[in-house]
Amino acid sequence: MNNSYVINLQQIKKIYDMGGAEEVQALRGVSVQIGKNEYVAIMGPSGSGKSTLMNIIGCLDTPTSGLYEFNSINVSEMNDNQLAKVRNKEIGFVFQTFNLLARSNALHNVELPLIYAGVSSAERKRLAHEALEHVGLGDRVHHKPNELSGGQRQRVAVARALVNRPSILLADEPTGNLDSKTGDEIMVLFEELHTQGNTIILVTHEEYIAEHAHRIIRLRDGMIEADEIVKNRKSITTE
Amino acid sequence: MTGALETFFHEVNESLIMAIASIRTNKLRSILTLLGIAVGVFSIIGVMTAMGVLISSIENGMTFLGANTFQVQRTPAMMTGDPKEMVKVMNRRNITYEQALRIKESASLAKAVGIFCYLNSQKVVVAEDGKKTNPSVNVSGRDIESFLANNWIIDEGRLFSQGELNSGSHVAILGADVVKKLYPKSDPVGQTIRVDKHKYQVIGIVKSKGSVLGGDNESFVLIPLSTFFSIYGKDQGFSFKVQADAMAIDDCMEQVRGILRTARHVPPAAEDDFSIISNDSLITQFNEFTKYLKLGIIIVSSIALLAAGVGIMNIMLVSVTERTREIGIRKAIGARKINIMTQFVMEAVLLSEFGGMFGIILGIFGGNAIALLLDAQPIIPYDWVLIGFLTCSLVGIVFGVYPAWKAANLEPIESLRYE
Ligand SMILES: Nc1ncnc2c1ncn2[C@@H]1O[C@H](COP(=O)(O)OP(=O)(O)O)[C@@H](O)[C@H]1O
Ligand SMILES: [Mg+2]
Repeated sequence: MNNSYVINLQQIKKIYDMGGAEEVQALRGVSVQIGKNEYVAIMGPSGSGKSTLMNIIGCLDTPTSGLYEFNSINVSEMNDNQLAKVRNKEIGFVFQTFNLLARSNALHNVELPLIYAGVSSAERKRLAHEALEHVGLGDRVHHKPNELSGGQRQRVAVARALVNRPSILLADEPTGNLDSKTGDEIMVLFEELHTQGNTIILVTHEEYIAEHAHRIIRLRDGMIEADEIVKNRKSITTE
Repeated sequence: MTGALETFFHEVNESLIMAIASIRTNKLRSILTLLGIAVGVFSIIGVMTAMGVLISSIENGMTFLGANTFQVQRTPAMMTGDPKEMVKVMNRRNITYEQALRIKESASLAKAVGIFCYLNSQKVVVAEDGKKTNPSVNVSGRDIESFLANNWIIDEGRLFSQGELNSGSHVAILGADVVKKLYPKSDPVGQTIRVDKHKYQVIGIVKSKGSVLGGDNESFVLIPLSTFFSIYGKDQGFSFKVQADAMAIDDCMEQVRGILRTARHVPPAAEDDFSIISNDSLITQFNEFTKYLKLGIIIVSSIALLAAGVGIMNIMLVSVTERTREIGIRKAIGARKINIMTQFVMEAVLLSEFGGMFGIILGIFGGNAIALLLDAQPIIPYDWVLIGFLTCSLVGIVFGVYPAWKAANLEPIESLRYE
């Protein structure tokens, strides 16, 4: 096995037991390797298992069977605290529904991963400010989520995902709740992040969004249907 | 090691801020819950403050006992209400005049021994112009040392003369309350008063010491001991008051006890058949007397706190359910179980402590209302404040742990999916 992979999935299965004889096979043996500084898009129809796969990669969920190595460490052998540490330091997760703390302002939302990382207050403030500047929200730090537009909320979420400088950025349909123009702005941001050296895995069902990635993995019924390198990469520009 | 400690303080601090924020956003619900705690703590602090005021007013010598004095009498100042004890006390023999005299002669450590004898019933005092006092005046026979032992100062007029003491003259010295009632404007010295059928000439008045424990215990008429004998007889019970040096008061008390036991033929192993009342013994008796009251209050408060604790647990469980998604988010970005646990326990403890603080403040004010009434020094019962505070912190911890544990063990993905 090549040790330079960030993500190494072997025969990952996820089966939901629905009681009785009924079960849902959300993933039916997925094997995939993702290396450093890759920009991967995961595509597929609704219900094909994209979110399930992302949650497993993000250490939020555990597979029913199969091997998952993160930076060459077997995730299934990690205890709760080790998993929390990986989620905190190694993985930045951006959700479709933003998942910000509604009662906290942008700055505190971005500070949160730093709190759990044990960073001192002054340093935290500095890093959180920096991350918000980075996503273009330097002037919105004291706004609460309900005082921000959808696009701005997602930027806060991206800032939060990046503030601990994770090995990998995961985004599950980050533009799904945004209009196309705002969605494009977020995609520009991801493009920038990738050129700065971040490893990115992005779920989308929009072909034109996926075309900005370097590699597209297509899922269908819980299995990989295609795993292809994008030849004619488009660069996103917003007018 | 210091790093780990720093991280811990950091976490506690963060949890504190988060807890305060979440209490703020659920103001009404939080206030209702902490009210339960407040009531429990209030009752305990209130009662303890009130008792503290009473005890400190005894300690400050605001009783009928002056500093460095003790009084010896047949019965104790307060009784617990135990029937056996009552019978025993009632069967005690009177202290006789001879026994009292013996103390006066032999108690070498005493600075002054004032012998006195008073009536069991209180009297009406009538002035020449017909003005009357309430039937609440204590008439007692006194010797000259009584004035020393009681720290009585003659404000106007004079003390009994040796001649008056020997011959049983009908002269009287009045307490301030009697003067106030009968002679609000005129000079009482030289006037004549009447108690029952007996007339006395007023020769002096005792300087007021100010109101004591709210009672009207300056409502007294003092006559010479011999006069008292001739009118009411010599077989009344005697009491005497002893003044000693501050350094020697305990030794003096022992000496007096020894002499009196011998005089009264108390067998060596038997307990005293008389009571020595000092400020210390008053406090001991007060504590004895109020033991059950305290116990009752502690039980009532404990029940209130227990109920409030269940309330806190309830509100915390609701809070955990409501914030399932928040917990999911926190876990998704790296919160460990201990972080979530700390946050929720801290929140329960804070809730409880806010309530406790509220109860403590109310209790101190409520309990000190009695100080205002008695004109005594207000106090803060620091020990009970601390106990109250720690108890409600404990309530917060005990009843916060389960909800916090529940929160900490939520699966991240399940809680993120929670609607
Ligand atoms: N918690 C769950 N319990 C039962 N079935 C689930 C659960 N989560 C997902 N599924 C099922 O697994 C399949 C894949 O879901 P998902 O990964 O969310 O798909 P996608 O994100 O590609 O739309 C779907 O059929 C879905 O119904
Ligand atoms: Mg999905």
